Amino acid sequence: MSDIALVRADGAVRRPAFLPALASVAAAAAWIGLSALVALPPDLGDFGFTRELAIGFAGFGALLLAAGFLHPGEAGLVRRIQGWSPWLVVLAGLLGLWELATAKRAWLPMPFFPPPQAILEVFVEDYARLADSVWHSLRLLAGGYALGALAGFTLGVAIGWSRNVGYWVHPVLRFVGPLPATAWLPLAFFVFPSSGAASTFLVALATGFPVTVLTWSGIAGVNKAYYDVARTLGAREGFLILKVAIPAALPHVFVGLFMGLGSSFAVLVVAEMLGVKAGLGWYLQWAQGWAAYANMYAALAVMALACSGLITLLFRVRDRLLSWQKGLVQW
Amino acid sequence: MVAGLIAPSRAPDSVPAGVPAPVRGAALSLRDVHHAFALRKAPLPVLDGVSFDVEPGAFVALLGPSGCGKSTLLRLVAGLEPPNEGRIAVDGAPLRGPHPSRGLVFQDPTLYPWRSVIGNVAVGPEARGRARAESGRVEEALALVGLSGFSDAFPHQLSGGMAQRVALARALVNAPPLLLLDEPLGKLDSLTRLTMQAELVRLWQDKGFTALLVTHDVEEALMLAQRILVFSDRPARIRADIACDRPYPRHREDPGVVADRRAILDLLGTA
Repeated sequence: MSDIALVRADGAVRRPAFLPALASVAAAAAWIGLSALVALPPDLGDFGFTRELAIGFAGFGALLLAAGFLHPGEAGLVRRIQGWSPWLVVLAGLLGLWELATAKRAWLPMPFFPPPQAILEVFVEDYARLADSVWHSLRLLAGGYALGALAGFTLGVAIGWSRNVGYWVHPVLRFVGPLPATAWLPLAFFVFPSSGAASTFLVALATGFPVTVLTWSGIAGVNKAYYDVARTLGAREGFLILKVAIPAALPHVFVGLFMGLGSSFAVLVVAEMLGVKAGLGWYLQWAQGWAAYANMYAALAVMALACSGLITLLFRVRDRLLSWQKGLVQW
Repeated sequence: MVAGLIAPSRAPDSVPAGVPAPVRGAALSLRDVHHAFALRKAPLPVLDGVSFDVEPGAFVALLGPSGCGKSTLLRLVAGLEPPNEGRIAVDGAPLRGPHPSRGLVFQDPTLYPWRSVIGNVAVGPEARGRARAESGRVEEALALVGLSGFSDAFPHQLSGGMAQRVALARALVNAPPLLLLDEPLGKLDSLTRLTMQAELVRLWQDKGFTALLVTHDVEEALMLAQRILVFSDRPARIRADIACDRPYPRHREDPGVVADRRAILDLLGTA
């Protein structure tokens, strides 16, 4: 496709809008400039790790420079770095602005807005506690999400397939489902024996509702002719459910899993802030309590990375399972 | 249940190795079949006392204006719905639901988009729990419709004609003694249509199944069938039962075909 687009009517091959190598060099220059901005003007405060940050930025700039001089050829990594170059230039600009606004000029009030080097310091000094928090959050999320997704999927299939199950479950689902899972929090914390069990339940609840509804609508929307085909070929009910209805509904199920993952993050963080004594939500709360604002930003960054990573993972699984589908949304 | 599905071969010694043995065609009989759609206000009658017999191995076309109820008739014969009234029997036995001995090909290929071509053809054996035992037959059915090279393709990669061939192979893999064809060529372009008409005749001659073809294309009925049942408008009744025993391959310009075509069109035009 893109090859065709590059050939003009007269047959001449059009050059891409910019030279990839040049863009890479520009990005390298931006990061080395950023490094100079961090290293050269004196800090308006006592920050450790200013030197280390400058070295890190300079090192990254040097890498970009090297990528610019390498032949793009078939090397995927080099080409990808070059593709991201415009973004990297903007990123360097934003980091520079942040550095100026905090450490160098103090345009922003100090304890609340720490400079980049303070965040780096948190990562270096407090990585053990951060890693432990990530581990606890992931463990809680995995348990609750798996439970909720499995229950929601099973329930959705049952409602979509059986009129009887639909009759009994549908009203309950309509009444209870839209309630935000966080509303159950006070109740859950005294009903369940431990705050961990309570949070697992809440995460499962938050995941389960969208998964149930989307699975159900997926099953209900299956082309009826698919069943006719299978029945004339000798299929029984088990085959119709497992080999026709469920595969046909999978695209919907994945939308539900995606929505469920989003709401499970929200519940997880709130549960950790209010009851569980571990995890990234707890870390945020703890950092705020000690006025350790740099730690808060660091935890936010880690959380963003973790959530984005999990969504990416879900989309990868979907792309693999639904490779037969055309026009999938790229995450 | 499964053992009875595969009809015994007629003459195993005359069949080249590797080709599924021809099946004996099934006999079909309909007696005074009435059927109506249950609509909200009043039932809408679609079949009004349809009776006919088809002898084993015959190729019969059901011809009629669109929406006259011929497709409903085919669904009843497939066993997907029971008729409101009347009796449908295959080889003397009354119908009890769908059965793999009666293959059905729809106007739309209705392939499962999540299965590859070979996976779609294998639905029949899989549904009967004989996927492993009959994997050879899946390959053969695919070869029969000329798509051996496309086993691993997915339905969205196929043209309309190829998709319909896969649907045909999927129905043939069960070696059904009765093949029900619900305007299977209706949505194909005219060239593909001509090719597939010839292929249907070849498959029918090779396999010996009984074929029941629903169509609203007079010429198609005349090119394929040995007998044409002309239906009235809804509720459908049989208006004419026309024998059509020219040898195959037939030609559109044959004066007999042209005359029959005109006669049938007149019949439909005055309906």
